[in-house]
Order: sequence, then structure tokens, then C-alpha cells
Amino acid sequence: MGLKSYVSLKNVSCDFEEFLIQDINLNIKKEEFFVILGPTGAGKTLLLELIAGFHKIDEGNLYINGENMKNIRPNKRNIGFVYQDYSLFPHMNVRENIGFGLKVQKKDKSMIERKIKKIMKQFEISHLENREPKTLSGGEQQMVALARALIIKPNILLLDEPFSALDPITKKEAMKVVKEIHQDHNLTTIKVTHNQDEAMRGDRISLMMNGRIIDTGIPQEIFTSPKDEKVANFVGIENIIEGEIMQYNDGYVKVKTKNFNVNCLSKFKSGKVTLFIRPEYIVLSKQLFKSSIRNNIQSEVEEMLIISKELIQVTLRNGLKAYITFNAREDLDLNIGDKLYASFKATSVALKR
Amino acid sequence: MKKIKIKRFLKSRIFYICFAIIGSILLLFIIIAVLDMFLKQLVFNFENFKEVISDPYVIRTILLTFYSSFFATVIALLLGIPLAYVIAKYDFIGKSIIESIINLPLMIPHSVAGLLIYSIFMKEGLIGAPLKELGIVFEDNIWGIIVALLFVSMPIFLNSAIDGFKAVNPHLERVAYSLGAKNRHIFFKIMLPLSKRTIFTGSVMCWARGISEFGAVILIAYYPMIAPVFVYERFNSEGIEASAPIALFLIIICFFIFLLIYFLTKKSRQRK
Repeated sequence: MGLKSYVSLKNVSCDFEEFLIQDINLNIKKEEFFVILGPTGAGKTLLLELIAGFHKIDEGNLYINGENMKNIRPNKRNIGFVYQDYSLFPHMNVRENIGFGLKVQKKDKSMIERKIKKIMKQFEISHLENREPKTLSGGEQQMVALARALIIKPNILLLDEPFSALDPITKKEAMKVVKEIHQDHNLTTIKVTHNQDEAMRGDRISLMMNGRIIDTGIPQEIFTSPKDEKVANFVGIENIIEGEIMQYNDGYVKVKTKNFNVNCLSKFKSGKVTLFIRPEYIVLSKQLFKSSIRNNIQSEVEEMLIISKELIQVTLRNGLKAYITFNAREDLDLNIGDKLYASFKATSVALKR
Repeated sequence: MKKIKIKRFLKSRIFYICFAIIGSILLLFIIIAVLDMFLKQLVFNFENFKEVISDPYVIRTILLTFYSSFFATVIALLLGIPLAYVIAKYDFIGKSIIESIINLPLMIPHSVAGLLIYSIFMKEGLIGAPLKELGIVFEDNIWGIIVALLFVSMPIFLNSAIDGFKAVNPHLERVAYSLGAKNRHIFFKIMLPLSKRTIFTGSVMCWARGISEFGAVILIAYYPMIAPVFVYERFNSEGIEASAPIALFLIIICFFIFLLIYFLTKKSRQRK
């Protein structure tokens, strides 16, 4: 991955139909797998469409490989675009869809045929060659859309919520394929999604809300050490706790909160702080074990809430929230009112002023 | 037991039944008018019907109606597609004014439309005068019929084509651009093939509208007579007995055209 920025947005603003994006500054490196994460209606797709050149930027500038894209039309940008709905041309079969880009670029006919065959083989969709898009499954449509975008050998691949319409198994497979494509084709990939699990697979993430980028960083940073409460809420940090530093010892602090004390790492030596702890990082146990874990807080189970097929959210009397699996709950024989220890490492706590 | 069931059934459907009864009044209005003519002509007076519709002059007027409307439709199609595309795809200042202008022929009385057409296409008119020099005359001529039909029926085609272009998923166009397509590729390879059904349906409706026109035509081209003018003329000179068979013949044809439109639009709805 290059260090220099390849796709660069400087103070970009745009108002298009019901979407508004404001003052976007982004620097995406060459061959980076960049994710824009945000809730529905944040303006993510519009941002992607601006990079592709589908709409005019009202204010600011977009540079690709150092060149200002102001007067460069979308058909000259060499960008592959895959929409959430895949947008296969419904009046063309799979082969015609894939070959469309080369055909309009007036490439040699036999070369087009050769390339179509090669890419279909690569994507394992050769058997779909003569099928109409409406007869394909979601996963198959996605592979065709990707093949169609990649046959023109783009420098940049833009993906708009590419996996949101797929079932979990197909999704997992598709995510793997996209990552492979990204590496094999030396692409700079920008993906937008509202799904946090998908976002975790990016090299870097920008968090977008209400048309603005509010934080950018590597997934670890964004998901465990968010910039502020707003970001923390969006990335699913259930434990946002106000406290005050009581003791400082060489980067290691004891923070007093309303219900308990927390040991963690800090660059601050004193004063009021906010602690962020992901619910997945909290271990629940009925007995206290001697271990390297610095925080072991005794409490009682106040509430248990099923939050997905696999997970239960356990809320303790002291306000801490932890996620455990159904199996773990069974093994622990956990019930409301049970006494237990909530344990988490000092490094699992992000501390912000 | 059976009585209770019927009562319950009526109660559950009372809203539907009331509306069906009220609605059927309008339907009956059309059915009775057509059926009356149908019975009078085809059952009680079939010989007269056969005689009138096999009259070569009647056939000629009907054919003239069909092909002049067909020509008007072809012109609407060739000139209307670019206009509809621009309106559907681009935003510009004054767009809503243009859209209102397009629909003007639908809103004004057809005699007024006829007057407008006459005024510019008559021998001394703004367009009629220079074209007369080239040997094209509109007054009492098929060209006059065609321009009058074009004027009144083109909004139907244009509105249909605009809707057709607007209905194409904008993502398809954008993806095509990103793949290197130019504007002409987008139009010929994406937009036109995907709107062809709506464009075809619009053309058939435009053609059918042309067939039924009377008011706009009589002012500029009473002769050669198209079928609606001929029905009117026969009624004035020879009464209902002579004009009704032609009218019925037209009704039958129009009915089949609308059946065709129905099946076409049904198919396109199913495709979506």
C-alpha cells in the first residue's frame, strides 16, 4: 500500500436531491481497502457517486492520483462501480452485461470475447453466460456486477453496500472474493456500508453521519477507542462511563466512577474522563480467578436481553453491559439476580477527555 | 343458518357492494349507448350495416383516418423521443413551462386547436405560405389532417415517453457511464431498449387519439373526409340511419385497439 494519497477529497460539499454532504476531507491511499461506515441516510452513496463523477461537486475538489477531477467525466475516470442493487442491465444476458464496458470502448471483438470468457472463469460464473439477470440469485448477480466492473481494468473499485442483500453464507463467501479481487487486481477499493462487521475488514474506516465524516482510523481505533460519545454509540460501545482519575502511575491510572473503580492506561494524569468499554470485552464469571486481568468488579445480573441469534446482552446492577453467547449462559447457569464478577483488561478500556 | 351466512357475507361486503352499484352507473352509461347502436345496426339492420361499410368511399375515409393518424404518430415518435428524453433526464430553467406547453393541446377545446392550426398552416399562414411555394398545401389536404392530428395527439405520446424514460433505474445509466459509455451509448443501448414498451404503448394511444379527432381537423381540412368528419357529414345530410353504421364500425375498431393497449401495458407491468 502506498503512503501517498491516491483518492483525495478536499472540503467537498454537495446537495443532491434529499441528500447533503458537507465539508468532506479524505485521503485514501493507493491499494487501500477503505470503508465508509455510517447509518442509512448519512450520504455515503452520494459520496461514492461524487468520486465516480455521477454528480457535480458543489464545493471543494476531488483529486485522483494528483489530478483534479473537476472536468473529467465519469466515462474517463476508469472507476468500477457496484451498486447495492447490482444494477445489471435487465435487457442483456450475463455475457452482454460483462462485455458492455469493452464494447462501448470499441475494443476488438475477439479480444472482448476472450476477456469475457477469462473473467467468467475467474469468477466461476461461466455456466451463467446466457442467463438473464432476473433469473440469477443475489450472489450470482453480485459476481456478474463485479466481473462487469473489473473487466475494464479499473484503478478504483467503488462498492455501495455490496453485501447487504445477501444471505449470511453467500455474504461470507462474497466478502472473501472481494478481498481477493482487491489484492489480485492491485485495486484501491472504497466500500460503503452500515454494517460494522463488514467495516472491520477494511484497512481503514471513516465514520459518516448526517453528511459529515466524523472520524477516520484503523478499525481497532474506531471500534475500541472512539473519538466521542456519538461515535461510541454508533460503533456499539455499550459502556460509556464518566469518571475521574484518582491515581496516576507511569501511564497507568485508577479511575473512580459512580459505581466502581477502573484500572486502565491513560495519557492524562488527572481530571474528569470518559471510559469506553466494548461489551464483548467483558468476561462474566461466578468465581474470581487469579489472572492478569486488572479489573474484576462484583455485581448482580439485572437484565438479560437476546440481541441476536447467538448473543445475549447481560446488564449488571452497576450499569455494566456484557455480551455472552447462549452456550456461555447455559454453562454459567446465569439467572437474573445472580452474583458474579465482570472482568476486563486494563487495555480493553479506552479513555477520552 | 344459511340466512345468517348470507347476512354476514353482505355485511362484510357492504362497502364494496355500494361502491360497485354507484360505479356501475357510469359503466352502464357507456354500455347502453354502445349496445343500443350494436343491436340497432348489427341485429335489426344488419343488411344496411353491411351495405354502408362495404361502400368504397366509407372504406376510403376510414383508411384515410388510420394512415393520417399513423403519419402523425410517426412524426410524434421521431420528434417526440428526443424532446421526451431531454425533459426526463435533464433539469434546466423553464422545464416546468415546457411541460405545461406540451400539455396545452390536451387542455384547450379542439375547435380552438383547429383554429390555431388553421391560422399558421393556411395558405397565408406563417408556415402555410412558404410551404405553399414548395407545393405543400395544408388546407383541404391530407397534410392539413396530419398536422391537426399531430397537434392534438402528441401530448399523449410525449407524456408516455417521458414516463418511460423516467422509469429506468438511474443506477443503470450511471454504471454504464462508469464503464466508459458515452451519451449516445446510454441512449441507444440502455434508455431506448428499456423504454421501448412504454414508447410503443404511447404510440398506439397517440394513434388511437388521432383516429377519434374531429374538432381540430374540420377547420383546416374538411375534405378529404376522415371518418369522424364523415360521420358528422352523413348525420347532417342523411340522418342517423346513414351515419350510425360507420360510427359503429369505428367503435369496434377502437375497442380492439384499446384491448391491445390493455394487454401491452399488462405485459409491461408484469415485466416490472
